[in-house]
Amino acid sequence: MIPFAVASLVLLGSGVMAVRTRDLVHAVLWLGLALVATAGIYVTMDAGFMAAIQVLLYTGGIVTLMLFAVMLARPDAEAAPNGQLRAALAVAAVFAGVVSVVLRSPDATTGAHIETQVLGAVILNQLALPFEVLSALLLVAMIGAIVLARKKDA
Amino acid sequence: MTLHAVLIVAALMFCIGLFGVLTRRSLVSVVLSVELMANAANINLVAFSRFGNHPWGQAMALFAIALTVAEVVVGLALVILIARTHGSTDADVPSALKG
Repeated sequence: MIPFAVASLVLLGSGVMAVRTRDLVHAVLWLGLALVATAGIYVTMDAGFMAAIQVLLYTGGIVTLMLFAVMLARPDAEAAPNGQLRAALAVAAVFAGVVSVVLRSPDATTGAHIETQVLGAVILNQLALPFEVLSALLLVAMIGAIVLARKKDA
Repeated sequence: MTLHAVLIVAALMFCIGLFGVLTRRSLVSVVLSVELMANAANINLVAFSRFGNHPWGQAMALFAIALTVAEVVVGLALVILIARTHGSTDADVPSALKG
């Protein structure tokens, strides 16, 4: 329970900082901390493989990518956030709705450890077709990103 | 740790991300906030996988991570393109598609 509480606090704190920090580079670094804390939550839920993927792909890949984007786009200082009060009210309503649904659903206290071997077998047997479609999607996304971000007449 | 605790933490995370999407002005930080929301969804998937004792939840979370990566790649390419064509990454600037 205590590791989960610590990871959750780090996750929520760094999430708030990522959303509130004006300096984009710092915001992206706070996002990295939030993603690492998520990996910590996965570890407390006995999902070691997911934690490894989270750190490798999300933290290693996405944070690096976003830092590159921040430096390439060279954004000018961000304007003051708009409509904070209205947004806070809307978000609070969404949160209240989600929590009311969660609390009415049955709770579970005992969890089972899922072996990585079982996960691998599931992905490569029952979910083989989505897996292949996903690899095609990643290829398309890569080509699309290159086409979009390429300088014209280069 | 119970299922409800994890779900509520994930709901909080989702709401923080939603607040960022609604208030941030820079397109990069909007993409960043969407990341936080997608991350909250992944936490839910892994939690259901653990407490429901079924590997498909984790498999779905893995697929969702790959989908998010694809989304971020295209999204950031669009941000760079907009920064080049409009000279700004403010979310209010690209209104050229308005009728």
